Amino acid sequence: MAKPLVLSFVLLAALLTPKFALPQANPNPSAQAGPSDAGRQADLQSERLAKLEQQVADSRGSADNAWMLVSSALVLMMTGPGLALFYGGLVRKKNVLATMMQSFAMMAVVTVMWAIVGYSLCFGSGNSFIGGLHNIFLHGVGAQPDPDYAATIPAQTFMIYQLMFAIITPALITGAFAERMKFSAMVLFMVLWSAVVYSPMAHMVWGKGGLLNASMNGKFPTLDFAGGTVVHITSGVSALVCAIYLGRRIGYPKEPMPPHSVVISFIGACLLWVGWFGFNAGSALSAGSLATSAFVATHFGAAAAVLGWCAAEWIRNGKPSALGAISGAVAGLVAITPAAGFVGPSAALIIGLIAGVFCYLMVAKVKSRFGYDDTLDAFGVHGAGGTIGALLTGVFAESAVNPIFKDSKGNTLASGLLEGNGHQVLNQLVGIGIAWVLAIVGTLVILKIVDVVIGLRVPEDHEIQGLDLSQHGEEGYYWEVSA
Amino acid sequence: MKKIEAIIRTSRLEAVKDALHEIGVEGMTVLEVRGHGRQKGHTEFYRGQEYTVDLIPKTKLELVLADDIAEKAVHAILNSARTGKIGDGKIFISRVEDVIRIRNEERGQSAL
Repeated sequence: MAKPLVLSFVLLAALLTPKFALPQANPNPSAQAGPSDAGRQADLQSERLAKLEQQVADSRGSADNAWMLVSSALVLMMTGPGLALFYGGLVRKKNVLATMMQSFAMMAVVTVMWAIVGYSLCFGSGNSFIGGLHNIFLHGVGAQPDPDYAATIPAQTFMIYQLMFAIITPALITGAFAERMKFSAMVLFMVLWSAVVYSPMAHMVWGKGGLLNASMNGKFPTLDFAGGTVVHITSGVSALVCAIYLGRRIGYPKEPMPPHSVVISFIGACLLWVGWFGFNAGSALSAGSLATSAFVATHFGAAAAVLGWCAAEWIRNGKPSALGAISGAVAGLVAITPAAGFVGPSAALIIGLIAGVFCYLMVAKVKSRFGYDDTLDAFGVHGAGGTIGALLTGVFAESAVNPIFKDSKGNTLASGLLEGNGHQVLNQLVGIGIAWVLAIVGTLVILKIVDVVIGLRVPEDHEIQGLDLSQHGEEGYYWEVSA
Repeated sequence: MKKIEAIIRTSRLEAVKDALHEIGVEGMTVLEVRGHGRQKGHTEFYRGQEYTVDLIPKTKLELVLADDIAEKAVHAILNSARTGKIGDGKIFISRVEDVIRIRNEERGQSAL
């Protein structure tokens, strides 16, 4: 740490001292040293300066790269073990492995797809809706930074970081059709979903030339710092479509189907919370103060949502539950995701509190009212939380936190509704609307295709036996007669 | 008084419980059990190692009932537990000498 600091001071001193500034600026050219001598010295100086500048830039890049690699690992940790444990604990014990396997499979399947075509479709240059094929097989994605996305880290770091988002997004959907979908159908569905729903949405919001890209002059600039629309609305709304299309589990809602281990879910939720720092603060794509701000907002949003969910539950049921507390945390983390890099701590608290209560009502009231079997509440938490979060981002965004909008002269413009930019709420609605429509239409088409090719649901007797045995030939908890 | 022990498919438990409640059965004991009759077990694989699991998870109900309701209960179980496939289970019926309520040492049918 000390070395780059010292170097930058030297550089600063050199720039501020007139005699070092430029060779022509030498105040006394006819002094003792002859002109050729002075020229040589000046060359030497500028050479040293260039070297210093390079070293300063390098050390900045190293710091950013270190944080982004850690963030990438944190986001992967959200899928496995985080989400796998969270979802695994919520199902009946005969389905625990199958449920965890659905998340884990995404870590393998989406990764391979990403290398072949996924990254290019999301972040390659293309049209307003989807990326092109310039970067298939990661062609041109190497150590050189891509200044359009992140000027201080290798393009490969940006690529691997974004991959982790592409992994967790489809994994979130698996909560909706848990305990009844064929593994083979699930894999085919996710391959198609990644290409047809995730890629265009990621490109529109974050890709160069994207229709909704707020930092690169998109037509409808939608503020989405870490994936409220791209990750949570797409996955949550697709989850709802899946739950309705596949139908309810046998026995739902008459038979009791409580989580087989809230303990396991508890561990998973806590890992999600920690991993979310990589998800949101990492989305600064650098290790500076914006990352700190997003980190803080993330934590505050989660905490307030725990209180919101628990309070609602306490009032309605007379008790705050452990499952309610961890569900509230996830709801808050979802809602703060689009806002993380645009709002301060107080706004984060408000967004979290609203999301906690709102998602509780979605899960506890709306679901039973309509009777769909969104098994693990992927829609109630991610779809609903993502939507409310994306909307509130347009309300609370502060230009002091992140001066994202500028006029032609480079002056910072207002960000959100509270700063006077009411138009931003409309832009958020456009982004939300596109995410909803894309998710509904894309998912319906893919489900139809997979239904015809493979068939979506396991046979009735397999569902009763449990997916661990029928899909994988194993049991999560092997029963011994006693050794 | 009769004791009815029924070994059924776990997936039929809710239906059997409902059927018994409908005819007025007020109490029962339910156990998770493992066993096998004619139904074959299944195979599991762990890192290529094959295991044959022939003790299949089932659910056992135990009821002690007055003679007049016992036969109705048997029919209720038969109708609600049957799927028609091998593995539907069995019902055992036996006579019960006496019943004692532990709280007040009440005996006989009134203690049920």
